[in-house]
Amino acid sequence: MKQLLKGVVLSCAVVGSGAAMADTVINGAGATFPYPVYAKWAEQYNKETGVKLNYQAIGSGGGIKQIVANTVDFGASDAPLDKAQLDKEGLVQFPAVMGSIVPVVNLQGIKAGEMKLSGSVLADIYMGKVKFWDAAEIAKLNAGLKLPHTPIYAVHRSDGSGTTYNFSDYLTRVSADWSKTVGTGKEVAWPKEAHQLGGKGNAGVANFVKRTKGAIGYVEFAYAKTNNLTYTQMQNKAGAFVMPTMEAFMAAAANADWAHAPGFKLILNDQPGAASWPMTAATFILMHKEQANPATAKEVLKFFKWGYEKGDNLASELEYVPMPDNVVKMVEDMWRGDIKSDKGQAVYQ
Amino acid sequence: MLRALPRDGDNFFRRASFASAGLISVLMFALMASLVVGAWPALHKFGPGFFFSDDWNPVTEQFGAANALYGTLVSSFIAVLLALPVGLAVSIFLSELCPQWLSRPLSIAIELLAAVPSIIYGMWGLFVFAPWFGESFQVWASDHLADLPVVGTLFQGPPMGVGLLTSGIILAFMILPILTSLIKEALSTVPNVLREATYGIGATQFEVIAKVLLPAVKGPIFGALILALGRALGETMAITFVIGGAQTIETSLFMPATSISATIAEQFNEATGQLHISSLIGLGLVLFMITFVVMGTARVLLRRNRK
Repeated sequence: MKQLLKGVVLSCAVVGSGAAMADTVINGAGATFPYPVYAKWAEQYNKETGVKLNYQAIGSGGGIKQIVANTVDFGASDAPLDKAQLDKEGLVQFPAVMGSIVPVVNLQGIKAGEMKLSGSVLADIYMGKVKFWDAAEIAKLNAGLKLPHTPIYAVHRSDGSGTTYNFSDYLTRVSADWSKTVGTGKEVAWPKEAHQLGGKGNAGVANFVKRTKGAIGYVEFAYAKTNNLTYTQMQNKAGAFVMPTMEAFMAAAANADWAHAPGFKLILNDQPGAASWPMTAATFILMHKEQANPATAKEVLKFFKWGYEKGDNLASELEYVPMPDNVVKMVEDMWRGDIKSDKGQAVYQ
Repeated sequence: MLRALPRDGDNFFRRASFASAGLISVLMFALMASLVVGAWPALHKFGPGFFFSDDWNPVTEQFGAANALYGTLVSSFIAVLLALPVGLAVSIFLSELCPQWLSRPLSIAIELLAAVPSIIYGMWGLFVFAPWFGESFQVWASDHLADLPVVGTLFQGPPMGVGLLTSGIILAFMILPILTSLIKEALSTVPNVLREATYGIGATQFEVIAKVLLPAVKGPIFGALILALGRALGETMAITFVIGGAQTIETSLFMPATSISATIAEQFNEATGQLHISSLIGLGLVLFMITFVVMGTARVLLRRNRK
């Protein structure tokens, strides 16, 4: 019996140490929104370098909690933290990849990209001020489009999400009424004046919109595309109507003023430029400034560096927008300057 | 060591089982205490109003449990209301009318319903049942029932397929196995002498069932019903899929709503504010108290009848 136990303990120890030696594992947790792209990157990166990434998509809130508690090597959040919050917890933050949100509708005879909407009309729809599809506000933007007299069903995310955070942030920027009565959050009190329907996750919203005649919803572009949903054009800050395309998302990203955003806290909604898509959002990575384990921290940074450089195509395949080169440069400068070992040495050269 | 057991065995066994029983009670109180502690910031801030307010606004940090409480109670009530007649009929059929060769496979099939994971019910509900239900029953109901006085308001609203009624129906499927097996069990405890005597004085099968068997198992049926209600109250995954995720209280059963467990499941991950988290734990406390009372009542009723 004793010998058997000894054997078991020994073999466990051997297996354990063997696994630890064979490959480096980096642990991250947080936002669900970028999960598909991190998973794809991790798979490819593992093939090339043998480094394993273990990313748990537990939600932005969980990501923030875990990095503060120091149980993961990096946290991920869709909603950026304030500079003050970052400093208080001894964290730094940088954008990893961007995504965009598109309104999708279900109306007979109306095809993808045909309907035009503006931010204020979108806000009025979700506040129940515009109740029918042939209302004057919508008709004015869509001369020549045959709009039915159908009630509007406003579909939203029923779970707390970064997508809702960015969507409600956009409406807060473009509508004074929305900002006064509803505001910005991962979960908001949806105005009861509208026919509201809550779907779980992007998939839930896509499902409800697909099924309900007269529905409107908001999803990540990838979901609109893969589900063949009828997306709309949007009027941007410059007053131009734009289609949701990779070029329009990139334009929004390029026009954003990252250089003057303390702690990279920048929300890309409603950016200037005639070609910019108005609902574009970055998702962020959080790390400790002072690293007790600099070797692992270096692996994390190397992974994201690889993602910026070689993960571009993988990201765009999944309809995410890669970070522009000038932003990557700023991020790398921050890595060099701010992330140090506990002996004060820079982790990243 | 083994040889010493017979002498002290009884004593040892009694103590061990007493300790285990004690552990369960300690665990339960610990659970309750940690819920109260977690919910305290919300309870302190909103007071008793937390249980009655229908305001749920994470942006302004105003929280009230009324929406979720309403959805939980109404959907569970619908489930019990729908499942009771079906469960009764099935268990009477199985124990009284069904031929021997069919009874076993049929019982097993019903018990297998209980083995289906709740997320499967949720997905089936969302992708298969809700679209069909919306297009067929809800469209028909809003044409024919919505104008009726009083009950009409229950059936007004857009045929979206999801909502309170849909959740109630899905829940009814989920509680049917427990209801059926408990009632069947109760019917099987009725002594055969009673049946034979009633047939002996010339009663029909219907009279035997309605006048002798059912009155004899009244208590257990009620107990089974409440156990099933307890199951329905706590159900999370299936409800989250089909209830429609809207923090409102509407009179129409077609409108989307939310339940306590669905609200917690959907918001806990992304809740960052202390008051938000505390309010979600407060919802957990409310659910704990409701199910505690309901299950306790069921146990008392079941026990009283057994004596």
